[in-house]
Amino acid sequence: MIERISRRKLLGSIGLGAGGLMLAGCDKVGRTAAFGSAQMSAQDLTMSVQRLFLDRRALAPEYDRSEMSPTFRTNGNAMPGSAAYKAHLSSNFADWRLVVDGLVARPLALSLDQIRRLPARTQITRHDCVEGWSAIGQWTGVPLKLLLGAAGLSRAARYIVFHCADDFGGTPYYESIDLVDAYHPQTILAWGMNGQPLPVGHGAPLRLRVERQLGYKQAKYVMRVEAVDSLARIAGGKGGYWEDVAAYQWYAGI
Amino acid sequence: MDSNDPIENSVDDEPAAVAESDVVYRHRWPTRLWHWTNALSVFVMLMSGLMIFNAHPRLYWGQYGANADYAWLEIGGQGDRGTLRVVDITIPTTGVLGRWKNSDGQLQARAFPYWATIPSQYNLAGARIWHFLFAWFLVIPGLLFWMASFLNRHFRRDLKPKKSELKPAHIWDDIKDHARLKFPTGQAARDYNILQKISYIAVIFVLLPLIVLAGLTMSPGMDAAWPWLLDIFGGRQSARSIHFILAMMLLGFIIVHLVMVVLAGPINEVRSMITGRYRLPEDK
Repeated sequence: MIERISRRKLLGSIGLGAGGLMLAGCDKVGRTAAFGSAQMSAQDLTMSVQRLFLDRRALAPEYDRSEMSPTFRTNGNAMPGSAAYKAHLSSNFADWRLVVDGLVARPLALSLDQIRRLPARTQITRHDCVEGWSAIGQWTGVPLKLLLGAAGLSRAARYIVFHCADDFGGTPYYESIDLVDAYHPQTILAWGMNGQPLPVGHGAPLRLRVERQLGYKQAKYVMRVEAVDSLARIAGGKGGYWEDVAAYQWYAGI
Repeated sequence: MDSNDPIENSVDDEPAAVAESDVVYRHRWPTRLWHWTNALSVFVMLMSGLMIFNAHPRLYWGQYGANADYAWLEIGGQGDRGTLRVVDITIPTTGVLGRWKNSDGQLQARAFPYWATIPSQYNLAGARIWHFLFAWFLVIPGLLFWMASFLNRHFRRDLKPKKSELKPAHIWDDIKDHARLKFPTGQAARDYNILQKISYIAVIFVLLPLIVLAGLTMSPGMDAAWPWLLDIFGGRQSARSIHFILAMMLLGFIIVHLVMVVLAGPINEVRSMITGRYRLPEDK
């Protein structure tokens, strides 16, 4: 028994030491280039497996009115700070235009009224924040594929970039999706929420809903939709604000 | 063949007369390999998972759940006091959960402390990268181990309880033996006892598969492709709660497992999981 206890103590201290080393090690490993590329491969693998083995046109679950969140919290920016946005807000977005440009045959500049008169889709879906919480709300808006069709998307286009009116410390928010998601029937630019005009806290006058991805992909205060062949030349080159500043995954289907 | 080779002797039907024959070949290489890849993966998954939890340290039941909704579990605190609340019970956890000091002695207001998380400093994006990378190292070797263990009959021969072992009296005897820290010796130590079999089956066939499925249910992409995931767990927030509960159960298993290894003779046990060779404890 005496031998056992001393052996146990020995093992315990070895365990603690190893644990400490591993902890410090994980932080160090996490910063190495090799680990960085392993992470990127894992991210690509996750996206490839989802794209290859799962139905690309599968619809996100839609919910009943009775299943909606009583309170749908806001997140990220709840009020863009720019003077231009404040001017739009005070004039009720009368002079606001959504620009659709980039690799398109016919660039568009649409007023909010014009967008509201286009065919609309209403869906009650679940919004999943990367932090872990979920809220269910109703969204009404124009399917993105209608706008891309009207603008005549070029064959060279690979990604759709959403430029936003809000910023973090002067860096404008932006996001991007590929054409699989851009042409998905539930991918809409929403101007209505829960039967009301889209509130400022949720991205007035227009926000993206890309229902099979996490919250940070759902760009709010969308001002410009740009079709591009590569994300490399946009801001930090990783396809989105959080992707650029904090290494969040560009593919946020998981 | 060299007759001193313990494997050869253990395969023989000769009685255990010579000292060397007390060493038996206990774990085949697929078991040993998976044990260690899985140990590493589970270690990283648990610690990066705790960091992901730190981003929103509240758990809900149902399809939705956010700050305005009722959380059945919450780690938080007020001032410099940390608390864990489970339904109506609030437990003070200052120093460990909710409020704790980092390695520089500064008070932090996060749920799980730095020594329990990967990365050690608050970093949701980093934790997700670790979690989703090692998820592959959890799932792929796990599936290969499953296949190998059906093929080499590890499950049937070593894990499947015999009818006699499932009798309540036998299970009760085994519980009493464990409680008295009385472990089998001699030939009786060759096979897993019934509590070992039940716990290994529970981990391999219930806990690990369910924790993976509950994890996948939190993915909006997976929910679109496989909506039945939401039906299994009763919604994304329920799946998040269940994922967390299962992770805590897995942690509980690991703690008991390690205590048992230490009590049963750590050098012999760890060696058997590295080389496969296990020395049967002497009869007393």
